[in-house]
Amino acid sequence: MNGPGRLIVTSPPSRGRYGEFGGSFVPETVVPALQELEAAAVEALGDPLFLAEFYGLEAGYAGRPTPLHHARRLSERVGRPVWLKREDLLHTGAHKLNNALGQLLLAKRMGKHRIVAETGAGQHGLATATACALLGMECVVYMGREDMRRQAVNVAKMELLGARVEPVGDPAATLKDATSEAIRYWVTNVRDTHYVIGSVVGPHPYPWLVRTLQSVIGSEARAQMLELAGRLPEVVIASVGGGSNAMGIFAAFLPDAEVQLLGVEAGGRGPQPGAHGASLGLGTPGVLHGSRSYILQDPDGQVLPTHSISAGLDYPGVGPEHANLKATGRASYVALDDRQALEAFHLLTRLEGIIPALESSHAMAAALRLPADGGPILVCLSGRGDKDLETVLGRESA
Amino acid sequence: MSPEGDPLRAALPSSRGEPRVCPYLMAGFPEPEATADLLLAAEAGGGAVIELGIPHSDPLADGPTIQAAGRLALSRGMTSRIALAQVAQARSRGLRVPVVCMTYLNPVAQFGLEEFCQAAAAAGVDGVLVPDLPLEEMDGLGRAASRAGLALCTMVAPTTPDERLALAAARASGFVYCVSRTGVTGAGEPTEGAGLLERVRALSDRPLVLGFGVRRRSQVVSLAGLADGVAVGSRIVEAAGGEAPAAAVRDVVAELCGR
Repeated sequence: MNGPGRLIVTSPPSRGRYGEFGGSFVPETVVPALQELEAAAVEALGDPLFLAEFYGLEAGYAGRPTPLHHARRLSERVGRPVWLKREDLLHTGAHKLNNALGQLLLAKRMGKHRIVAETGAGQHGLATATACALLGMECVVYMGREDMRRQAVNVAKMELLGARVEPVGDPAATLKDATSEAIRYWVTNVRDTHYVIGSVVGPHPYPWLVRTLQSVIGSEARAQMLELAGRLPEVVIASVGGGSNAMGIFAAFLPDAEVQLLGVEAGGRGPQPGAHGASLGLGTPGVLHGSRSYILQDPDGQVLPTHSISAGLDYPGVGPEHANLKATGRASYVALDDRQALEAFHLLTRLEGIIPALESSHAMAAALRLPADGGPILVCLSGRGDKDLETVLGRESA
Repeated sequence: MSPEGDPLRAALPSSRGEPRVCPYLMAGFPEPEATADLLLAAEAGGGAVIELGIPHSDPLADGPTIQAAGRLALSRGMTSRIALAQVAQARSRGLRVPVVCMTYLNPVAQFGLEEFCQAAAAAGVDGVLVPDLPLEEMDGLGRAASRAGLALCTMVAPTTPDERLALAAARASGFVYCVSRTGVTGAGEPTEGAGLLERVRALSDRPLVLGFGVRRRSQVVSLAGLADGVAVGSRIVEAAGGEAPAAAVRDVVAELCGR
């Protein structure tokens, strides 16, 4: 395949709605900025010069297209062909850079010189800090204290790249708290600051914008399957925290009705409240961080704590388009727990020589549980596992 | 509307003089059962309208002081239902000034928009303000509030263009809350308040309440002729978090009122 995959550019959904989900529920101070962002994004995504600059960076800087790997030993184990979309090989080690590069080019075009982002696993923060270094922009990253502890290497990298990493909340604070704080910073500095949200969550137009920028994954993977496997996959699997790698790869296959789409949420330590991150599986409709989707909440509408061994899936909400795909039945979602993700982590490492991120390990774990003797499985290997070694080794020596 | 049918206008008369003080309390802070006492204390100090915050786990428009108060209230078991019961108790003990509930969309949506408005009105609440419900999405809450006889308050910010200001003014059956600067509640001077108030005044005859960053008597005085009411939040919440909360709240409100 020559050059990066093309973005799948759709019109923004009216009022940001995906069925009964989505919308834009934020304080008035940032409403005009969101309207301005939507207009600027529509204009940019229709401009060949903007797209050429984006594809140029994706190819020459980020390393697109990423390979599609036929995992032969893993296929033997599963009993059917398994193909891995290698987003772990993208610069900075995860799919997050697609979104960060696209949004930063957009921010520059809008004349915003400062960037604020939230991060959970640190991969979105790292991608944003990297793109800010490349494009010469000021970068502030909010990160929960618990995540700063378990992703210390990514914190160090962001600081080396010139970003200011701001610790959020109490010692247990994770992605939810970091996102709230990044939004507050944006509310305060909205005139000169662009908020780069890291997933297909948040107020409209973010779920649409991030999905569009991540659709390079899906359009590449679909073309590569046709080229290398000679057919479309029977199942596409991706992990779902907020759900950006999943939405990016699903986007290309939505019109292929025969292709099953399977999202994998964090089952954590079990289905009891506070022990998992399975918003679609165990949550109820509600509003968090500016959009209506499935969220983990108590009957009074207070958002519950979450747990996952994977910092990137440790989030009580999910993108509204996923909520709608669940409602319409076009995609299905399962939750796999910490232990199952760890097993898959080790198996992929030993069978294919690829150390996956714990987020991606959840998607791998689902592939291992599919019945043998089916058609090809395409797994989005969204990131590499270097950042998780301490978590994995620490847990196993404990 | 008659004054009886428009309690927020009656409490916040449009005048060239000094704006009335609208104290903000976080329901359930420092204790769930202390809320009725604090409502009465805020009235005793001279509060003209009381904004009662119902705590939410993810308050996007609030700064550190109000966030922390809400977190503590939730950890002590505060809920929307207890907050409304505390208003009803304060009314039965003689509270007369209007009360406006200020909370976020999700707690209200989970309660049910219709059910929340009915329960709030029955408890003696006069109005409702939901900062994360944008003007374009207000139809449902607006209808529910109107059926319950609650005034719907709207919020505008310095970044709001004039055409949206007009929409906010048209949507409001209560007051228009004018955010004094880009930012969250608490620290920071209300630097953009005067300009915003002038722009809204040209478009609306609803009462105008300025908030965010107001904590001193001198700021209240400086808004004479511009705002009809001034919301003071973090300063009052700090007082409620100290020794003898009711006396402290009454004294701070009295000081802000120049009593």
